[in-house]
Amino acid sequence: MTTVTAPLARGLAARVSPIEGLQQTMTLAWRALVQIRHNPWELVDFSIQPIIFTLLFTYVFGGAISASTGKYLTYALPGILVMNMFFVTMYVGMGLNTDLTKGVFDRLRSLPLARWAPLAGRITADLLKQVWSIVLLLSTGVILGFRIGTTVLHVLAAVVLILVFALAFSWVSVLVGVLAKGPEKVYLLGMTTLFPVTVVSNVFVPTETMPGWLQAFVKVSPVTLLANASRGLMVGGPITGPALGSLLWAAMILVVFVPLSLCALKLRV
Amino acid sequence: MTHAIWTEGLVKRFGGTVALGGVDLAVRTGTVHGLLGPNGAGKTTAVRVLATLLRPDAGHATVGGYDVVRDAHQVRQLIGVTGQYASVDEALTGMENLQLIGRLLGMSRRDTKQRARELLARFGLSDAAGRAAKTYSGGMRRRLDLAASLVGRPHMLYLDEPTTGLDPRSRLGLWDLVRSLVADGVTVLLTTQYLEEADELADELAVIDHGRVIATGTPEELKAKTGARSLAVRPADPVDVPVVISVVGQLAGVAPEVDGLVVTAPVTDPAVLPAAVRRLDNAGVVITELTLRNPSLNEVFLSLTGRPTEETTHTEQTEGALT
Ligand SMILES: Nc1ncnc2c1ncn2[C@@H]1O[C@H](COP(=O)(O)OP(=O)(O)OP(=O)(O)O)[C@@H](O)[C@H]1O
Ligand SMILES: [Mg+2]
Repeated sequence: MTTVTAPLARGLAARVSPIEGLQQTMTLAWRALVQIRHNPWELVDFSIQPIIFTLLFTYVFGGAISASTGKYLTYALPGILVMNMFFVTMYVGMGLNTDLTKGVFDRLRSLPLARWAPLAGRITADLLKQVWSIVLLLSTGVILGFRIGTTVLHVLAAVVLILVFALAFSWVSVLVGVLAKGPEKVYLLGMTTLFPVTVVSNVFVPTETMPGWLQAFVKVSPVTLLANASRGLMVGGPITGPALGSLLWAAMILVVFVPLSLCALKLRV
Repeated sequence: MTHAIWTEGLVKRFGGTVALGGVDLAVRTGTVHGLLGPNGAGKTTAVRVLATLLRPDAGHATVGGYDVVRDAHQVRQLIGVTGQYASVDEALTGMENLQLIGRLLGMSRRDTKQRARELLARFGLSDAAGRAAKTYSGGMRRRLDLAASLVGRPHMLYLDEPTTGLDPRSRLGLWDLVRSLVADGVTVLLTTQYLEEADELADELAVIDHGRVIATGTPEELKAKTGARSLAVRPADPVDVPVVISVVGQLAGVAPEVDGLVVTAPVTDPAVLPAAVRRLDNAGVVITELTLRNPSLNEVFLSLTGRPTEETTHTEQTEGALT
């Protein structure tokens, strides 16, 4: 009985077309969003938490740092948007890690999908979460006294810039998600590293108020650059320099973390 | 004769561990093929290679004529996989889990919904369809996992210890399901640690141990090879023990063993069971226990390898923990 069988079903597709891959990505993004319905804490996490944060900083620090809370918010809100973006990217890693530890990733790998669809689906869903929390934060800000100093187009450009950076930074989250033992580890690591990294920037206070050694660090931090670019686009001030700096950071992160993440993923599964 | 699955010299190592040490399998189309082996034998590894989830280090495997490494995408269009551990999205409902798979497979929204409903009903999950899977019991998750592997109407279905953790009713239900799938032309590769299950379902078996196939054949052939089942009789009255010994001895053709009131002897012909009942009844013996026991996996191993499975105790512990 050494007959090797002829193909059972002839004419099976050899690969996925890009359109199909895109549809699969959308389906997987849909799924990541539906998950929120059964996990309302996540919604609280990326909706209410940033608002509380904004309120806290505006009313606790605002008065001390600036003449009025409205004025302080106008300084701080673009940076708070940036800071929040970093935290929201954590959900990419957490979701991916859950899929890996629960075996869902294997199930997806056993289906005839585009190889990139599972990751792309996660990142797409994350971008939607990002848009949602940016809209939420901006609205809260405007209610509390934030004043846009430029045009709507400028504000949109700031949002796009933040999203482009989020796209790049998601790959750091992917790596953490692949390496971590469990989703709660991703959360813990994210919180403990992102908090100092984002606070050591000019999101809350101008760089000039810090000691010299810290200034050197703060000035090149991607958080500062992105916050400056957003401030420039939303409130007014220099745009090109910080925007290019932010994009350079995004490019560097992609160059380093895309291959690293894909390699780690290959080793894990 | 065509083979749905064909492997030759499949090797997979994990560091120093040889999980598969050259596995040859030939699974005929439209049959149930059992992979029988103790913990760590390499069953899951073999299934994962055939499911394109692991790359073999050497040897090759074809599924439906497609190479699992070179034509992985085609293989994925043919197979349905239920892994050893349920792989459902706990944050989605049962319905959404199945819809996700259907949509990913390119089915229309309507077809997906209909197929999902049909499968949920078939697995007794209709009432739980709208609940998040994290609220499901272990057995319900396993059934949802099975349903998920059937959404795309696969030509080949891999079931890795599918009845572990299922209650007896669900287990029988699964056996029925496997039989009806095979009647529809599906080829099933099933791993199990239970000879009873393999006996019930499999047309052919491969016994694996330490990553090697140590025996193949139909369940009947294997049982014949591995020796007898045993007939055990316990009379109600101790006075009847000598009569029972003589009846059982005649039927078995060898001197029975006596342990307290239980008289046991190895037998090969299943017809001894009714014969024993008749003769004991004629002799006026009232019996409280009469069983014909299959050889256990352990006994199969003992006779195939001359040693018991190393991890039998471990197996039992795991079972206990899961039920
Ligand atoms: N990812 C892995 N990394 C390292 N070793 C592994 C890995 N997967 C399996 N092994 C090893 O390969 C061997 C075969 O494992 P496998 O899971 O295939 O056994 P099995 O027959 O399915 O056992 P069980 O009945 O316990 O499910 C074992 O020694 C196991 O420790
Ligand atoms: Mg296994």
